[in-house]
Amino acid sequence: MNADQARQLLSSVLHQVAPDADLDDVGPDETLQEALDLDSIDFLNLVVGLSESIGVDIPERDYPELSSVEGAIAYLSSRTGGG
Amino acid sequence: MSEITYREAMREALAEALSRDERVFLMGEDVGRNGGCYAVSLGLLEEFGPERVRDTPLSESAFVGAGIGAAMGGMRPIVEIMTVNFSLLALDQIVNNAASLLYMSGGQFNVPLVIRMTTGAGRQLAAQHSHSLEGWYAHIPGLRILAPATIDDARWMLWPALEDPDPVLIFEHGALYNEKGELTEATPGLDIASAAIRRAGDDVSLIAYGGTLHTALESAEMLAAEGMSAEVIDLRCLRPLDTEALVGSVLRTHRAVVIDEGWRSGSLSAEVAARITEDAFYDLDAPVTRVCSAEVPMPYAKHLEDATLPQPVRVLEAVRRLGA
Amino acid sequence: MGDFTMPSLGADMEAGTVTEWLVKPGDEVHRGDIVATIETEKSTMEIEIFEDGVVEDLVVPVGEQVAVGAVLAHVRAPSAAPLTAPRTGAPASPGAPPVVTGEAGKVEGVHGKPVVLSPVVRHLASEIGVDLERLHGTGAGGRITRSDVERAAHTVTRAPEGRPGEAPRPDAGRARASPYARRLAAEHGVPIHSLAGSGPGGSVIARDVRAAAGVRAEALRGAAAPVPAGSATKGRTAMRRAIGALMARSKREIPHYYLATTIDVAAAADWLERANLERPVNARLVLPALLVKATALAVHKVPEMNGFFLDGDFAPSAPVHVGVAISVRGGGVIAPALHDADQLEIGELMTRLSDLVARARNGRLRASEMSDPTITVTNLGDLGVETVFGVIYPPQVALVGFGRVSDRAVARDGLLGIRPCISATVSADHRVSDGHRGGRFLAEIDRLLQEPESL
Repeated sequence: MNADQARQLLSSVLHQVAPDADLDDVGPDETLQEALDLDSIDFLNLVVGLSESIGVDIPERDYPELSSVEGAIAYLSSRTGGG
Repeated sequence: MSEITYREAMREALAEALSRDERVFLMGEDVGRNGGCYAVSLGLLEEFGPERVRDTPLSESAFVGAGIGAAMGGMRPIVEIMTVNFSLLALDQIVNNAASLLYMSGGQFNVPLVIRMTTGAGRQLAAQHSHSLEGWYAHIPGLRILAPATIDDARWMLWPALEDPDPVLIFEHGALYNEKGELTEATPGLDIASAAIRRAGDDVSLIAYGGTLHTALESAEMLAAEGMSAEVIDLRCLRPLDTEALVGSVLRTHRAVVIDEGWRSGSLSAEVAARITEDAFYDLDAPVTRVCSAEVPMPYAKHLEDATLPQPVRVLEAVRRLGA
Repeated sequence: MGDFTMPSLGADMEAGTVTEWLVKPGDEVHRGDIVATIETEKSTMEIEIFEDGVVEDLVVPVGEQVAVGAVLAHVRAPSAAPLTAPRTGAPASPGAPPVVTGEAGKVEGVHGKPVVLSPVVRHLASEIGVDLERLHGTGAGGRITRSDVERAAHTVTRAPEGRPGEAPRPDAGRARASPYARRLAAEHGVPIHSLAGSGPGGSVIARDVRAAAGVRAEALRGAAAPVPAGSATKGRTAMRRAIGALMARSKREIPHYYLATTIDVAAAADWLERANLERPVNARLVLPALLVKATALAVHKVPEMNGFFLDGDFAPSAPVHVGVAISVRGGGVIAPALHDADQLEIGELMTRLSDLVARARNGRLRASEMSDPTITVTNLGDLGVETVFGVIYPPQVALVGFGRVSDRAVARDGLLGIRPCISATVSADHRVSDGHRGGRFLAEIDRLLQEPESL
């Protein structure tokens, strides 16, 4: 999975969790949770969605890597052997 | 204040009218020498003379027609018909002439006529004399229909009826003539258009008129003993109906029972129920219910007559059915 | 045939718009099926049907706004419904038909001896569905008389069919309700289907609604201030107004008292971390799930926190339906119920909670979820708030607030340590409980959170 695909996946899973959230609203230095007003359950749902989409378990200790848009794209790419 | 009977109140009203306005005269079967079939006009012949208190032949159509003619000619006749059953013989005069002439003449001729008649059962006079057909007359545009149920109304409704430029029919329930009560002197604001609250209450409206007012009041008393507060509405004027008063009461109580001595099918009670449903539907907590006479010609036998008429016990059953 | 009507999805709902029909004429439906989605001022919700049958026709098209109580669709009862079963001479009482033995119509009496019944009595009993077997006769020789049957019939009609909050009996069909009762129910946001009728034939009448809404007739006559209607009241402003009205009512009517405490959640956090290691990603737990469960269990100790204040009295609720305050994107908040939260195993509770949040955000809540929470939990900790003192949702009597988890210096066993802590608060109704009981309640939540494995 390359960076574009990863971003697209992130965007589509995010849409299911929070229909009106838009990745473009997230600044490079912001965390997803703060910028998009996600609570812990939203974030968990996001992780579940991503994990199911790529078919890879995402352990809790990896959550910090998913906190920003860039981080999440990098993480998804690496876990799917892309990038 | 003295106690007088409904009959005496009516007689005082007649005497007052005859004294106040020389255009007023009374005519009907046996109203003169016999003093009236129900003795309402007893003594009036002696007091006012045969010009003003006139006995007529047994011919309802003829003397009601004469009354209409006299009214059109400037008089203020009071025509007495013995019972509403017999008034059917004069139906053509009342409906086709008295009620319609103002309209048919393009407003040229009004008919300032008052017709009094006895209605109702309860005195073992059987199907010949006991029916309550006032609801039929209340169907006819051009007529005002009154049903005095109290001593005051018997005393004070006649004069405003005579002042009305159009025909007015007054229905006197036969069982009321011997009712006694205190007369209030010339009640101010007593009109011939509005209904009256005879007893205030919160839980159910009992709507009655004429002969059933007492049934309603008695029922309300019995309901009070059961802890229920019933409002009793006396229609007083059957046409035009005081819809506002009916609806106003139902807005307070949310339940209504109509008590009518007429038969239920196609009746005045049906009209009352329909108006409540039309104007207060969203405030009803139960269907409008009616207690009417059984749908048979009035029987003669006392127990059968009692079984036919609306009795308080049936009103109570109806109220209980409403879940009040 | 029954009418499927616009439900009331909350104390503040006056009208709704059908946004989607999920059934069409001819479809068979069963009680509990989701048949449509409805948009209210507050959100979009899925609504269930409360009876079995076949959809006859859809009365209200998609996009049309109608008032609460308006008929949305007609539903024909299934032809095999027990109500239309052929009548026999035996009483039609459901469940336990009396044993009619022999041509004389003898019934085993309460004391076991056969009782002769008159045709009139049998006819009457069958007519009005009275179970003769259960009657004590007051006539000669214990005979059942006509008035015995009538009296029994009276009790049958008067007996409540269920407690408020319970679903209507499946065989009862659509609740019959008087127009006035419907209007009152709509005004006060009482779901009329959930009421037991005390009127004629078990119909719901005004006093049933008043009992449920806790509104006295006098108050009604005086205070009912009409809210301006119109299409301009849509969307966010409308939701703001709806929340405003409800919260204003709460602050006006409920004498709130507020308590706060700090709870050490180290044990809960540790347990969560360990538990999540063994759980697949889609079964992982978050702290709010434990908080909801602890709250739900704590009301067992202090039941004055769970239920409704109705008609001048507190009506405790046996089921614990925890309303979870969920902020709606674009503004506003709704608090749908997590049903029987005290009975749910933690994993199941997490799944349901997660589902509830997702559906709230997607506008797919169900009517029953909106109408019956018995206590509410708000958890603003995720947004970084330290402490939250909430406003009680009428007619509920308590609201529990949790703040953010933060590390604090805590003295424990004589030593100072850094421990993750959370602020827990309760806003409770002083008409129902006092600070002492509220304090017990918070202490119980604390105690439960120290033993997360027992949750």
